[in-house]
Amino acid sequence: MRKLVDLPAGAVQAPVAPVLGNDRRHDSAHKHVAGSALYIDDIPETAGMLHVACGKSTQAHAHILSMDLDAVRAHPGVVDIICATDVPGQLDIGPVFPGDPMLANGVVEFVGQPIFAVAATSLRAAREAVRLARIDYEPLPAVLDIEAAMAADSFVRPLHRQVRGDVAAALAEAPHRLSGEQRVGGQEHFYLEGQACIATPSEDGGVFVRTSSQHPTEVQKLVAEVLGVPITEVQVEVRRMGGAFGGKETQAAPLACIAAVLARRTGKSVKYRMPRADDMVMTGKRHDFHNRYEVGFDDDGRLWGADIELCGRCGYSPDLSDAVVDRAMFHADNAYFLDQARVVGHRCKTHTVSNTAFRGFGGPQGMMIIEQAMDDIARYLGKDPLDVRKGNLYRPGQDVTHYGQKIEQHVLPALIDQLEVSADYRQRRESVRAFNAANPILKKGLSLTPVKFGISYTVKHLNQAGALVHIYTDGSIHLNHGGTEMGQGLFVKVSQVVADVFQIDPRWIRVSATRTDKVPNTSPTAASAGSDLNGMAAFNACMTLRQRLVDFACETYGLEPSQVVFSKGRVLLGEREVDWAELIQEAYRGRVSLSATGHYATPRIHYDRTTGTGHPFFYFAHGAACSEVLVDTLTGEYRVLRVDILHDVGRSLNPAIDIGQIEGGFIQGMGWLTTEELVWDADGRLLSNSPANYKIPSVGDTPPDFRVALLAEHPNHETTIYRSKAVGEPPFMLAISVWSALRDAVASLTGYRYCPPLDTPATPERVLWAVEAAQQSQKEAIDADLPVV
Amino acid sequence: MSISFKVNGQVRSLDVDADTPLLWALRDELGLKGTKFGCGAGLCGACTVLFDGSPIRSCSTSLSQVEGHDITTIEGITPAEGLHPLQAAWSEHNVPQCGYCQSGQIMSALALLRENPSPSDDDIDAAMTGNICRCGTYPRIREAIKAAAEARKTSDASVSGGDGRAVS
Repeated sequence: MRKLVDLPAGAVQAPVAPVLGNDRRHDSAHKHVAGSALYIDDIPETAGMLHVACGKSTQAHAHILSMDLDAVRAHPGVVDIICATDVPGQLDIGPVFPGDPMLANGVVEFVGQPIFAVAATSLRAAREAVRLARIDYEPLPAVLDIEAAMAADSFVRPLHRQVRGDVAAALAEAPHRLSGEQRVGGQEHFYLEGQACIATPSEDGGVFVRTSSQHPTEVQKLVAEVLGVPITEVQVEVRRMGGAFGGKETQAAPLACIAAVLARRTGKSVKYRMPRADDMVMTGKRHDFHNRYEVGFDDDGRLWGADIELCGRCGYSPDLSDAVVDRAMFHADNAYFLDQARVVGHRCKTHTVSNTAFRGFGGPQGMMIIEQAMDDIARYLGKDPLDVRKGNLYRPGQDVTHYGQKIEQHVLPALIDQLEVSADYRQRRESVRAFNAANPILKKGLSLTPVKFGISYTVKHLNQAGALVHIYTDGSIHLNHGGTEMGQGLFVKVSQVVADVFQIDPRWIRVSATRTDKVPNTSPTAASAGSDLNGMAAFNACMTLRQRLVDFACETYGLEPSQVVFSKGRVLLGEREVDWAELIQEAYRGRVSLSATGHYATPRIHYDRTTGTGHPFFYFAHGAACSEVLVDTLTGEYRVLRVDILHDVGRSLNPAIDIGQIEGGFIQGMGWLTTEELVWDADGRLLSNSPANYKIPSVGDTPPDFRVALLAEHPNHETTIYRSKAVGEPPFMLAISVWSALRDAVASLTGYRYCPPLDTPATPERVLWAVEAAQQSQKEAIDADLPVV
Repeated sequence: MSISFKVNGQVRSLDVDADTPLLWALRDELGLKGTKFGCGAGLCGACTVLFDGSPIRSCSTSLSQVEGHDITTIEGITPAEGLHPLQAAWSEHNVPQCGYCQSGQIMSALALLRENPSPSDDDIDAAMTGNICRCGTYPRIREAIKAAAEARKTSDASVSGGDGRAVS
C-alpha cells in the first residue's frame, strides 16, 4: 500500500487486566444473544440453490434386489438423483478403516442407511420425492445388540488386551473376591444445530464446502476422494457449530460428500441440512457397553488385581470405534491402581448405525465399571465407599497404570481431601444415614467420585496443530488456526494467548473461520485438546513474529534484545517508547514480514499396541464431584439435591469459560446416566427418534444447589500453554457421582451391605427395579434365617 | 392468498401457503435468521418467538394462526446499538456456549419476566423447561434471569427494551 493508516495515539489499547487467566467473554457472545451469529443454515442462499434429501434403508441387514426411482425422478422440483454407482471417485468414506460407503452399494447394514440422494429446488420437494422410491430387499440375518454380536463373534476390529502381571494368581490369593457386570447406555448427541453443509462448485472441478464439522481437513480429504480430484481442489470452511460434542467429528463428512457430488453434477450450490428425525436415525451415537469385572482385594478394600472386560457396540462399521474402545480400556482404572490387571476391549459389530465420538470418547464407559467395583467392594466390606476409593488412588509408589504409564502428577489425593471438607462429606454422610433411618419411603444417597482423564489423541499423529497470524499496519491481528469453534470458547482462549504475547487488548485480534486453505492438514477439534494444541501453535507463530520485531528494532535502533519490551499496548525501545501500532508501521516500512505460521507437536507420547504399553497421554486432567440424591422407593423417581465439584484445569486460561465447560459437561453426563434412553425395536429401528421420546436434561434437571470450583495452585506439570489443562471432556465423567449416589440410596435398604446392579440410564424404572432387588435380597436373608444386616 | 401479521412492530404481508410454518416465513421470506430450527416438532424451543407477547414455537405454528397477530423475534428486541438489558445480562453472565438455542431461551425469559418480575428457581424451571440447551448452560440462564430481574427492580422504571417495552 502507498499510504499507511493514520494512528491516533494509543489506538490499539492495552489489556485492562492480565490477559491470561482472567474471565473473557466468548468472542461471539454479543452475536449469540442478538441472534446475529451465522450458522450454516443462516448463510444467505444463492439463486438456484438445491436442497438434498436421502432415501434410506428400512432394513437392518438386507440385499437390495431392485430400486425403482422413476417416480422420484418425475416429482416436481427434482433436479438430480445419485446412487452408489454415480460417485465419480472413491465410494468408501470410512474415516480410519474402510466400511462406510457414501451410499449403500447392493447391501444395507442399518435402518436409516442412505441409499440414494435427491437434489431438488426446495427441501420440501426433495423430502417428498424420496418417499416415492420403490426398493425391494432380501432380508439377511441381523445382529442387533452386544450379546448377539459376542455370541456370533461379530466384530468390526480385533480385540485389544492390556495385561500386567498375573491377574489370575492375584485374584486367587486375595483375601476377598467380587465380580459384577453392567450395561451402560449410549447417547444421542442432540446438538441443537443439526448436521448441515453447503457445497458450491468451483471453477477447476472442485468444490467449496461450508460445513458444521469438527474436522474440516477430513471433510476436505473425503470430498476430494469421492470427487476423484486432488485435495487442493476442495476447500472447507467452518465458522462455528451449534454444538457438536463429538457428533460432528466424522458424521458431518457424509453430508458434505453427498452435497459435493450433487454440486459437481448440477453446477449449483447444494445445501444438505438434515431434519432432526433423520439426524437421530442416520448419524452415529455414543457407544453403549456391556462391562464385566472381577476383583481381588484385602480387608481395607485395596485392589490386588482386576480382570475387566469391556464390550462396546460399534454398529455396522469401524468409524472411530477402535480408538473409542481403546480409550475405554485406558480409563478402566479411572483413578485407581489396579495392581495385577487384565483389561480386554471388544469392538462388537451390529446392524445398527455406526457409533462414533461423543465427549469422553469411551472413557466414561470404561470408568463406569471400576466405579461399580469400588461401590461393590465398600458394600461387601461394610466401609464407606469414599474410603475404598481413597485407599486405591494412584500415589507415589503405586503410580503405574495397567498400560505402563507412570503417573507423574498426583493431584487427586489432595483434591479429594479438599472436596471432602468443602462439601462437608462426613457430616452429610451421617445426616443421610439419620434421614434414611427415619424415613421408610424416601431414601437419600450420597457419593463422591473422582475423574482422571488422559489428554492426547491416542492416535499419535493427530497430536499436532498449525496456526497463521497476520499483523496489519494498524496493529490489528488476524488469527487463524486449525481448531474449530463449537461453543467451547476455543477462539477466545487462543486470542488471549496471542494478546498476551504482544500485550495488546484481545479486541484487536480477530479469529477467523477455520479454513483448510489457511491452515492445512489439521486434526479434528476433539479429545479436549483444542486449546492445548492450537494455543501452542498460535503461540509459536507469535513468537516468530515477536522475534522478527525484536531483531528489526535492535538493528534499526542499535538496541540489545533485552531493551525491547512489549508492555500495555506499547513497546519500550531502550529509552524510547512507541505505540504497538507505530512499531508495526515502522517494521512494515522496514520490509519485515508481518505474517507467520506456527506449528506444534505434543512431545513425549507413544503407545505400542503389540505390548499394550506406553505413555499415550501427555498428562491427566482431574476432578471430583460429590452428589446427593433423594429417591422415592415406591416409584423409583428421584431428584438430585446438591452437587459439589472441584476440578483441575491446571492454571486456567479463562475461568469463566472453564467453569461453563464443567457445569455443562456435568449436566450432559448426568443426562447420559439418568434420563437419556436410546430404544430400538426388534427389527433394529430406533424408536427414540425425537425429543418427544428421548429426554435430555432441561433447566429443571439442574441441581438446585450446584457448587463448582477450580482447583487452585496446581499448574500443569507439563509445559502446556500457560500450564493450563484441557477441560472439554473430563467434567462429563463427574456425573458418575449421581449414578453412584443413586446406588447409595438403594444400598440403604440393605443396611449398606449390598447394592444390586443399576444399569444406565438409571431411569426411575431401573431405579425401582434396583430397589425391588434390594428389598428381595433382604427378604431372602430373613427367609433363610440369615442375620439381617 | 396474502397473509398479514405484525413482525417486530411492522405489518408484513406474505403470499405463501397458509399452512407454512411461521419459522420458515420468518427465516426464508423475511430474512430473520436469529430464530433457529432445532427439531421441527415444537419440542426443543430453539424457534421460540413471542405471539402477542407469549412464547410460542414458530416451527409448529402455521401462518394461518398468526394472521392479524403480533410476532416479536430476537431481532425485534435487539436495539440498533448495544443490547436489550436481558441480552446484556445473558452476555455478562457468560451464558452462551454454542449459542444456537440462546435466542429462543432469551425470548422465553423475556415473556417470563413480563409476567413475573422476580421469578424463583421454580418459576424459571416452569417457564423455561421447553427450551433445551445441550451445552448445559442452565445454571447461568437462571443467574442471568435473576440478574436481569434485579437490575430491573433497582433501575429507573423507564428502562425499556428495543421493542419499546420494559423488560418486565
